[in-house]
Amino acid sequence: MDGTLEKMYVAPSPHIRDKHTTQRIMADVLIALLPAAAAAVYFYGASALLLMAASVAAAVLAEYVWQKANRQRVTVSDLSAAVTGLLLAFNMPASAPVWMPVIGAVFAIIIVKQLFGGLGHNFINPALAARGALMASWPSHMTSFVMPGADAVSSATPLGMIKEGAGTFADVTARFSLTDVLTGRIPGCLGEVSAVLLLAGGIYLIARKVIQPRIPVAMLGSMIVMLWIFGGEGGLFSASAYAVLYQVACGGAVLGAVFMATDYATTPVTPVGQWIFGAGAGVLAVIIRLLGTYPEGVSYAILLMNVAAPLIEKLTRPTPFGVQKPAGKKAGGSAA
Amino acid sequence: MELAASSGGFRIFLMLISAVFCNNFVLARFLGCCPFLGVSKTVGGAVGMGLAVTFVMGLASLFTTMVQLYILNPLNMAYMQTIAFILVIAALVQFVEMFMKKAMPPLYRSLGIYLPLITTNCAVLGVTILNINSSYGLLESVLNGVFSALGFLLAIVLMAGINERLATAKISPILTGFPISLVTAGLMSIAFLGFSGMIR
Amino acid sequence: MNETVEKKSLGQIFMNGILDENPTFRLVLGTCPTLAVTTSVENGIGMGLAATFVLVGSNYVVSLLKNFIPDEVRIPGYVVIIATFVTVAQLLMQAYLPDLNASLGLFVPLIVVNCIILARAEAFANKNSALHSVMDGLGMGLGFTLAITLISAIREILGGGTFLGHSLFGEGFEPMTFFALAPGGFIIFGLMIAIVNWLSTKFKRSVN
Repeated sequence: MDGTLEKMYVAPSPHIRDKHTTQRIMADVLIALLPAAAAAVYFYGASALLLMAASVAAAVLAEYVWQKANRQRVTVSDLSAAVTGLLLAFNMPASAPVWMPVIGAVFAIIIVKQLFGGLGHNFINPALAARGALMASWPSHMTSFVMPGADAVSSATPLGMIKEGAGTFADVTARFSLTDVLTGRIPGCLGEVSAVLLLAGGIYLIARKVIQPRIPVAMLGSMIVMLWIFGGEGGLFSASAYAVLYQVACGGAVLGAVFMATDYATTPVTPVGQWIFGAGAGVLAVIIRLLGTYPEGVSYAILLMNVAAPLIEKLTRPTPFGVQKPAGKKAGGSAA
Repeated sequence: MELAASSGGFRIFLMLISAVFCNNFVLARFLGCCPFLGVSKTVGGAVGMGLAVTFVMGLASLFTTMVQLYILNPLNMAYMQTIAFILVIAALVQFVEMFMKKAMPPLYRSLGIYLPLITTNCAVLGVTILNINSSYGLLESVLNGVFSALGFLLAIVLMAGINERLATAKISPILTGFPISLVTAGLMSIAFLGFSGMIR
Repeated sequence: MNETVEKKSLGQIFMNGILDENPTFRLVLGTCPTLAVTTSVENGIGMGLAATFVLVGSNYVVSLLKNFIPDEVRIPGYVVIIATFVTVAQLLMQAYLPDLNASLGLFVPLIVVNCIILARAEAFANKNSALHSVMDGLGMGLGFTLAITLISAIREILGGGTFLGHSLFGEGFEPMTFFALAPGGFIIFGLMIAIVNWLSTKFKRSVN
């Protein structure tokens, strides 16, 4: 819980009613995702639109059917399933077969979200966990990227080229300039395309007080520091400012930092906890990018921090006013 | 990064990262699942269990590798490995329990209740056999034992944090207990896939 | 689980392990091998039968020796008996089923610490006659075998598109490899227990 923390803090009565409903928040997130979605359709054409539609429809339908079958109140109108579906589609390459986001969306909604009691109770980001499951199942489909344009020529992503050592960094930037990366004229997942439009969405969400800037700032900031230290070709601190910016703009960093790492249910509620969460995700993302088998580590970094989030929250929770800490019992560290 | 090609302190560092993150005992190798699923209700309890396991796994690795190198191998009795190792572990756990009770009562009060459970924790017997299979010497066996146990500690503490949070979730009675814990472990395991293949 | 069950028939004891107290789905014991070896049906059956062999053997010997082992050292005593049978199983598998032995790997010696076996020695064989203990071992062992074979079948079909190594769906099918990997193992096992819970509550409701 992030932007609305001050307003939606779980506290004893008296409570003040507030206009921040789940539906309004989710509608704002959808609006913020819209420019990037439009860019995906502009660059990759109808296949991008089809993937997004299939993913959203499958997510909403899965939630509807599950809640009907379990005789629960149907909550698809809160739009959270639609957001999950769209974010999942943003994690697929345009060439993905259309059944893939459908399977992913069902996994995200049923296994990751509804089994744990629905919205707000899942401990891990549904769209990202589903991406992980799809990545483990069909790695070739998940990593076969195409160039923007109608003829869909297959190509590695800039990060993939850096990872495989296909030429020097200069060769990669000669193929795709920083402008290409910022505007989205590169091969990649649907939602990774345009860093500028994703940032615009993030600014909208911050302005609407849907999210607080802590986690995105901490995450992108720690990625910049890590890439500055380790991201160069000539040893420590050899990366130029240009190379650092280029690598942060590539891949899922902005999408993850703005839209995935700020999910209320799966991040700490404490401000200190949020700084730790964001910084941890940024550090892990760069470690996985540089050392792991995958060229892009942002999704796993956020998933790992989701897993650690309850612990971070426990360790950073302030002691309520007037309550003394039990003597000799450190927060969380002591054995029962 | 290649573990086999490394040496010295860097090799030890790679062994640590490999055991804790890339080949986590619980989340990637399915060793120590019973206590992972059973004792991870509170963070405090999980830390206690994890520390007790770390202590025993380090000692067990030392003694079993000694038994293998200095008794079983010279006598050509490698087929007695399973019986010999489980006896060493059972005796060790008993001894540690008695020693702690006498010498370190406060530590015994916090960790002692977990000790009897450790004999049947397959992570302990598992790591001792893996040490021999990887032809580790004495020092590397102990390090591998401790590092693998730290992986167990990390997994069980993270699990306990999530379990404390799930205590307030509306989970169907059909799923409460083992089913939801297993699904949770599966989702944690997806996150840890990010480290897979990092160290070969 | 602790009662003396001389009054129950052998058939009831046998079925108890397969249904009411199925070690995998009802008691949730022996989770490590259940998760680790269920990537293929062949492994599942192999592990199940090896564990059944050890369980029947250890139950038999424990029930025979129950009046001779002092109470204070009974647990180490059981562990030695179990480890002996595991070693026998290990040597037999090395000699006659080397491929299965290799693919089960570490989890063959780890049958020693499979909690099902120690639990039955302590809870049943320790208090009952040899014949009843053997029957209990058979029931529990086959209950375990059936359960892990079922889980293996689901994981092999979904995760590999095969059953016992035979391709089921032809060339075009792209299996969801996820289910053959560690996370899929955890999730399938969890969902199976949930389904068994659901079926048993439905069954109880329809009986009442």
